[in-house]
Amino acid sequence: MLPKHNLKAYDAELTELRALISQMGGMAQSLLEDAVAALLSRDSARAQSLISDDEAIDALEIEVERLAVQTIALRAPMADDLREIICALKISSILERIGDYAKNIAKRTTALSDDDISDHISILPEMARLASGMIQATLDAFVERDAEKAADVRDRDIRIDTIYNTLFRDMLSHMTENPDAITPSTHVLFIAKNIERIGDHATNAAEMVYYSATGNILETDRRKNDSTSYTTRDEIDQN
Amino acid sequence: MNVDPSNALMRDAEAASAEGIPPKMVARSVNVHYGATHALKDVSLDIQGYEVTALIGPSGCGKSTVLRCFNRMNEMFENTQTSGQVTIDGMDIYARDIDVVALRARVGMVFQRPNPFPKSIFDNIAYGPRIHGLAETKEDLEQIVEASLQRAGLWDEVKDRLKQSGTALSDGQQQRLCIARAIAVQPEVILMDEPCSALDPIATGKIEELIEELRTGFTIVIVTHSMQQAARVSQRTAFISRGELGEYGPTVEMFTKPRHERTKDYIMGRYG
Repeated sequence: MLPKHNLKAYDAELTELRALISQMGGMAQSLLEDAVAALLSRDSARAQSLISDDEAIDALEIEVERLAVQTIALRAPMADDLREIICALKISSILERIGDYAKNIAKRTTALSDDDISDHISILPEMARLASGMIQATLDAFVERDAEKAADVRDRDIRIDTIYNTLFRDMLSHMTENPDAITPSTHVLFIAKNIERIGDHATNAAEMVYYSATGNILETDRRKNDSTSYTTRDEIDQN
Repeated sequence: MNVDPSNALMRDAEAASAEGIPPKMVARSVNVHYGATHALKDVSLDIQGYEVTALIGPSGCGKSTVLRCFNRMNEMFENTQTSGQVTIDGMDIYARDIDVVALRARVGMVFQRPNPFPKSIFDNIAYGPRIHGLAETKEDLEQIVEASLQRAGLWDEVKDRLKQSGTALSDGQQQRLCIARAIAVQPEVILMDEPCSALDPIATGKIEELIEELRTGFTIVIVTHSMQQAARVSQRTAFISRGELGEYGPTVEMFTKPRHERTKDYIMGRYG
């Protein structure tokens, strides 16, 4: 635990910055989980209300930027303080982006409301839960300045990638066999891709937290398991 | 004098050295006592050539005492005892046969308050070259005065009034006059003891710009209270705390990733 600043107002600003980031993170997590829940229950009205929730996350990002720039200008932060403020700035833009992905999932609820693809989307809540857990762990690591916890988050992304790969192949096979289902299947693929990207963003945020806590860059050769970019039709046909 | 190479601070002192280039000045296990006060404790520091090294630390930590070790200025105070070794280009400056006046020509100094002599601008600059016999003719001397004032960025402001008193200049101009006076005797190292603390931000900016230019030809060691100034002007920063070298390293690292808790608390403005 770092000692307090000579200036109380400086400590208060850093505390406020941390609180804003936690609040943004909590909202992004809820938005993601609620969007997937609305999708599964085909609840278009709920999905619609979530779309406007994303605006609140955007507003918080602006507030974080304002406070971070103000603190840099007035306090001339150094060392751990400097790294933490830069980290807060970057994390806020990552959380804003996560909010956008979650909003995009909510938007697709209406497009899927008439289609029966329940079998294929039942795995999505698990994906969302994993991604949400990564966001939670990243924010905990940020507030606690816990480098080890931040480093652990990266290893969790591989589970989301694995589910995404399986779903991707599953949907390609489904589309090949049922050309009528191409439209809803494409939506499902985008939804899964959104969650997979959220996992990647949470990983980037965790790497930033690691830097903030230690001053060192985490090595970049993390394990990834998203192989969908290399998947061919022949491969799907063979399966 | 024996120096233990396993000493952690010793490694710190050397860690900052540029690879392969021998340091311009080296302090090894320097202790300074003012009467009963043990002002510096086992300080070891390498000063790299053609760089600006900043000494920072709380008031009374000994940073000005460290600075004055490099040209034996501490001897100006009574009851001062210095032990350890300080070298310039490998030569022990505390050796018995050292001419202190000649040493201070090689290692010049600029002080906190601008202190021009109560003489003309011209004579302020010409004083050093005259006593050190650097000019054979009047033309030589005029050339040194002009070149020194040019180098200190003051020539254009004073070239038409070289006969006026140096004390009539503004504070910022007086400090640049003192820098011109220091460089007129062609020193190798310039020590600066809080050279901007009596100046406004614009005059400070001019001095900082000048420091950046001067390091192409001189080695500079600067004591400053302002961490922002250390960050702006120096390549290496030494943190002095309670008479000891707390941490020493590249300035960028000192201000983004200090290694020691005491340094961290000080530069972040937290209660240690």
